[in-house]
Amino acid sequence: MEEQRHLLSILVDNEPGVLSRITGLFSGRGYNIDSLSVAETVEPHVSRITMVTHGSPGILEQINKQLNKLINVIKVTDLTGTHYVLREMALIKVNAKTEHRAEILRITDIFRGQIVDVGTDHFTVKVTGDPEKISAVLNLLKPMGIREIARTGCIALPRENGNSNKNA
Amino acid sequence: MKLKGAQILMKMLQEEGVDAIFGYPGGAVLDIYDALMDTDFKHILVRHEQGAVHAADGYARASGRVGVCLVTSGPGATNTVTGIASAYLDSIPIVIFTGQVPTHLIGNDAFQEVDIVGITRPCTKHNYLVKDVKDLARIVKEAFHLARSGRPGPVLVDLPKDIINATTTFKVPGEVRMRTYNPTYKPNIRQLQKIIDLIAKAKKPVIFSGGGVNLSKAHEELTKFARNAQIPVTGSLMGLGGFPGTDNLWLGMLGMHGTFRANMAITECDLLIGIGVRFDDRVTGKTDEFAPNAKIVQIDIDPTSIQKNVPVSVPVVGDCRISLSMLNDLLEKIDLSGIEEKRKQWLDQITEWKNTTPLAYKQGDTIKPQYVIETLYELTGGEAIITTEVGQNQMWAAQYYHFTEPGHFITSGGLGVMGFGLPAAIGAQVAAPGRTVVDIAGDGSIQMNIQELATAVQYGLPVKVAILNNGFLGMVRQWQELFYQRRYSSTKFEHTPDFVKLAEAYGATGLRATKPSEVKKVLKKGLETKGPVIMDFVVEQEESVYPMVPAGAPIKKMLLV
Ligand SMILES: Cc1ncc(C[n+]2csc(CCOP(=O)(O)OP(=O)(O)O)c2C)c(N)n1
Ligand SMILES: [Mg+2]
Repeated sequence: MEEQRHLLSILVDNEPGVLSRITGLFSGRGYNIDSLSVAETVEPHVSRITMVTHGSPGILEQINKQLNKLINVIKVTDLTGTHYVLREMALIKVNAKTEHRAEILRITDIFRGQIVDVGTDHFTVKVTGDPEKISAVLNLLKPMGIREIARTGCIALPRENGNSNKNA
Repeated sequence: MKLKGAQILMKMLQEEGVDAIFGYPGGAVLDIYDALMDTDFKHILVRHEQGAVHAADGYARASGRVGVCLVTSGPGATNTVTGIASAYLDSIPIVIFTGQVPTHLIGNDAFQEVDIVGITRPCTKHNYLVKDVKDLARIVKEAFHLARSGRPGPVLVDLPKDIINATTTFKVPGEVRMRTYNPTYKPNIRQLQKIIDLIAKAKKPVIFSGGGVNLSKAHEELTKFARNAQIPVTGSLMGLGGFPGTDNLWLGMLGMHGTFRANMAITECDLLIGIGVRFDDRVTGKTDEFAPNAKIVQIDIDPTSIQKNVPVSVPVVGDCRISLSMLNDLLEKIDLSGIEEKRKQWLDQITEWKNTTPLAYKQGDTIKPQYVIETLYELTGGEAIITTEVGQNQMWAAQYYHFTEPGHFITSGGLGVMGFGLPAAIGAQVAAPGRTVVDIAGDGSIQMNIQELATAVQYGLPVKVAILNNGFLGMVRQWQELFYQRRYSSTKFEHTPDFVKLAEAYGATGLRATKPSEVKKVLKKGLETKGPVIMDFVVEQEESVYPMVPAGAPIKKMLLV
């Protein structure tokens, strides 16, 4: 059956071992994790895991049920097809020869990024946005020579008002 | 009241109504064993920690209560893993307490340290590492609650030595309230009504009953339901006993070694009502051709079981017993007059399958293993608690002993652990002291936990072991015969101990039968003898279990005798 990509927001007990229960579930049952990000919420005992996963509709149904079955999982929300805001951040260390420096600054500017570290022959660019935007920046910076990348993975929250566009 | 961790543990076990503990001591649990001296718990000192878990499993199944194990850290803990995984796959409620090195040493590769919580994460319903003695009482309470509620399962509690020695004020914790855990017992009545509507329309309905029916003790409700609606019933291996194996509506077991009529009925049915089953591959064979003409209804307390392996038209999340009792109420509201007439054609067809292709074997000069079980069934009047090892012995037990109640057939279904039967029989015997408990064993499997015979002798537990001694790892040999051109790679035992002498060495009784004419005599004598008995039945070496559906084939493609 056709594979789909889904965005899950999972509230869990903020306890040691919980993340390992989740990743263990995915590895043990052969499910996919495309990206994952975890941090405490306003309630210190609760963490939010934002996860992008993909699979057939049957597998996605199982992922949702299996996550809910874990004792430390409080709530699983599948944000796919709902209204939400989504962001990812990337740090990109790129070669910055003199003749390229202006171009890098321009690209960073267009994408409303920031230069967060400068060296004699490199810049570190910070960009925030959805994963497509980050890919676009990466593509444009590629010819300069990218040395290292760090990406946060997606984080997302549902929107409160329904008047914005629905995300795919 | 100020108490030490070890004493709090004892108090909480009393709170939970525990009477028996299966365990094995060691350095990390010395303090717990010391506290045990001041209690009335029956502690059964097994001879291997794997035996402790299987015994707790057998105890839980025979009693319907939570089984309890206590073992030391490191090797004590790792030895429990097979037993835990088996209980997990069969949804058996047990709580396992493991010792652990003191908290300040955790992570240091200390002597006898293993991360048992990490190791058992994928094979427990939940597990805990207790890090503060103040949490101990609550965690023990939660562990028992989780083990027995919802879809039952094993729960492990890891107890560092310093926690067990620390002191705190003890108060019995209040009722467990976990915001993340709330099983659905009561099903949605509209979904149930859909089932009733389907039953009213169906021409060829079948009920498929599984371990969930036994776990929720829904046998009476199921029997009433099936009889009132005149629907024939088949079962998974774990489902045996959920419906009387002697009833006219009983089809026998389904699947790889299921009866011809059960597999044919599933293949031809137009409505399949699965209750407490997960449609595992040993049952479905090739899923595309499983119940190809049927609307499938599935009732299970665990949402992950529903629609995992086969597509389902009417999913129902709920407890099997509650669901069936509500279905019975709904059934009473519809007009069932003439139902017998309506089902006649279907039930006649099933009778025809039963008559033309019954479960069968050929008698000969050597003892047929099936004959041993038939005779055992006859002599015990179907009243014994039967445990099994794994392999052909297990399948023949399932085919030729007929079960009428939950808790009478105790087998490692999901994991298929050789060495399960003897310790499980010991646990069942502890739970049901007055009953006849028989382990139907293979000559291979029995050697995996034979040491537990010493446990049975020590505690005067009169378990009977019937070894179907075929000189082979028979089930593997059978596959080699059928699918590997009889290339018997490492399945023939070139040496086997003398089981009669072995029994005697352990202080038990040993008996042997080598001819068909001796079977009844030996069984009779074995059952009548006080104390543990090993009966060594030297059986036909190359007998195979039939019918057989080759792995991955549609279940209607059965190899027959
Ligand atoms: C612990 C374990 N190891 C290996 C197997 C694989 N296995 C399944 S059945 C079987 C043969 C069992 O032999 P025996 O106990 O003599 O029973 P029989 O089939 O001959 O009745 C084996 C090796 C298993 N199920 N469990
Ligand atoms: Mg054998």
